[in-house]
Amino acid sequence: MGRKILFITTDQQRYDTLGVNGGTLARTPVLDALAREGVRYERCQPTSVVCMPSRASMLTGQFPSTHGAWMNGVPLAIDAPSVAENLHDAGYATALIGKAHFEPFMDPFGRFAENSLASLGVPTIEQPWFDGRRGVHRGFDYLEFATHGVMGPLHYAKWMMANHPESLGGFYQVVDGELNVNAEGGGDSGAPQVKYNDVAREWYHTDWVADRTIRWLDDQREDRDWFCWMSFPDPHHPWDPPRSEIGRVPWRDVGLPANYPERASEREAIIDQKARHWRAWYDGTLVSNYEAPAKWVPATLTPDQVREVNALNAVEVELIDEAIGRVLSRLDEKGWGDDVDVIFTTDHGEFQGDFGFLFKGPYHVDALMRLPLIWRPARSTKTAPGVVTAPVSLVSLAATFLSVAGKPAPAWVEGDVLPQNDDEARTRGQDATVTEWDSSLFGVDVHVRSVLTKEYLYTEYDKGTLHEGTEGELYDLRDDPLQRVNLFDDSTRVNIRASLHERLRSHADRPGERATPGIVMAPV
Amino acid sequence: MASLRHEIRIAATADAVWSIVTRPESIPEWFPGIVSCTVDGTVRVVKTAIGLEMPEEILTNDPLLRRFAYRITSPVYKFHLGTIDVIALGERESLCVYSTTAEPDTLALIVAGGTVAALAQIKQLAEAG
Repeated sequence: MGRKILFITTDQQRYDTLGVNGGTLARTPVLDALAREGVRYERCQPTSVVCMPSRASMLTGQFPSTHGAWMNGVPLAIDAPSVAENLHDAGYATALIGKAHFEPFMDPFGRFAENSLASLGVPTIEQPWFDGRRGVHRGFDYLEFATHGVMGPLHYAKWMMANHPESLGGFYQVVDGELNVNAEGGGDSGAPQVKYNDVAREWYHTDWVADRTIRWLDDQREDRDWFCWMSFPDPHHPWDPPRSEIGRVPWRDVGLPANYPERASEREAIIDQKARHWRAWYDGTLVSNYEAPAKWVPATLTPDQVREVNALNAVEVELIDEAIGRVLSRLDEKGWGDDVDVIFTTDHGEFQGDFGFLFKGPYHVDALMRLPLIWRPARSTKTAPGVVTAPVSLVSLAATFLSVAGKPAPAWVEGDVLPQNDDEARTRGQDATVTEWDSSLFGVDVHVRSVLTKEYLYTEYDKGTLHEGTEGELYDLRDDPLQRVNLFDDSTRVNIRASLHERLRSHADRPGERATPGIVMAPV
Repeated sequence: MASLRHEIRIAATADAVWSIVTRPESIPEWFPGIVSCTVDGTVRVVKTAIGLEMPEEILTNDPLLRRFAYRITSPVYKFHLGTIDVIALGERESLCVYSTTAEPDTLALIVAGGTVAALAQIKQLAEAG
């Protein structure tokens, strides 16, 4: 037997929401302990700041410009490479429980397997694989899906409809009557996507995902290795945790984030230094992407709304931490505690009030790009605990899973194995990461590339609806960790700009085959 | 209101392609995710793989123009117009164009996403003869 892998993801969780990363709102003792026992990463970046491209990168080990799922709504090709296929080939039992989102949710025709599987009542289906064979869907022989609400065809929604129909109305209606992200306000402050949810805690999707994971683990043979991706839909909006839990973090006691200047004039002066689509969104004159409510204007966000969103987000983070604790306890009870690698991360971040915004979009700053990442190698490996300060990327996860399984990374994997300390990162030359954004929705297209080093965050905007192809942002992270002062046009930074531009050019010119970019099939 | 268009070149005569598109009852054969339908005069009701029933009104089925047009009449749509045009490009080649105009915009995107796979299936059927 080798090492088993528990891969835990959340959705839209900021780096600073964990206690071990300096967070002060949510209590996260389970993840904090996991980090102290393993390797904690201080600069983990996504390949994209929205779900589908980022999750596809976790599965394929490729950047969006390679795997072809370049924006939300573009399905990952059914025969795209999948690390789960390689692990399946290596003899691992493979499961994904919770939120997948490699295929669009909005699918009235039920064309995508993720949306039809619950109706079919089977644990997986056969599909074409990358290498021409056919096998279980994307390499997973067990799939059970959930997302942010209780509408639609996924397993969790069907379970709620069948077992607790009286609680369906407690959840926030994620989309409005026109199927746009809902702008309706709730809670005490009227913040968008907030609702006090009367659902019982044990029926909420966080506990459901943990329960179903435990059930799957209980079914596994003692003598077989497994790869289990446990994927929580929270703390992504809507912020509608069970009402019984919201007293954990009273929102009126919550301070404002460091990057939320309370005076509008100060916020606006900061935003005006950035590329022009920032201010356009803030003022409500342009919504470039589907992921934020089309009818919500960020300039209307109030300090109390920021407080309440952050409080409810923290409640959701605490529930996740406790759910993870239950799963880890079960692993110990089963005697697997020493043989399991646990990797925890998320797909991208969330503004949560930074600069006066909520949600996400083509805005490459820490709020959306600095992610929690923890790797607790199996105890049997006796890996020294540590902290990695070098930039790393979610694109490295696939290679890392394969290294845990003792398998070489195939040629299609673009990311290196995660380093376990800074010396290893230095030796391997892992000193920068790239994040991509491409979107084209209802006549608005935006194309962004960013590179992060230990010292700088550098962004270039390609020609698009609002950009000439000459704009950019440059932040010196040593002097300006909150990324408020844009140095892109600073004449004293010409050389560093050239050097970072060269890194982006190298990324664009990297060798390897690219999939044909997929077609937008739905908004999300 | 959003309007989207997808097209595909097909190595078959326009008549061969049109013979597929013109039969309203054939839609489950070529629109992935539509599992069955009923046709009663100009009213077609399609059923999707997740059990959703969508009523439609057939507006045009013109063999001279080789144009099939319909609208989804579900109340969730403020407006919908779907048009399939088959255009001869040569003796053995044709172009099939599937246009979707709808309000809300989001629904146009979702239906148009489905038409991409529908065109691929029409091509496969036509080229198989």
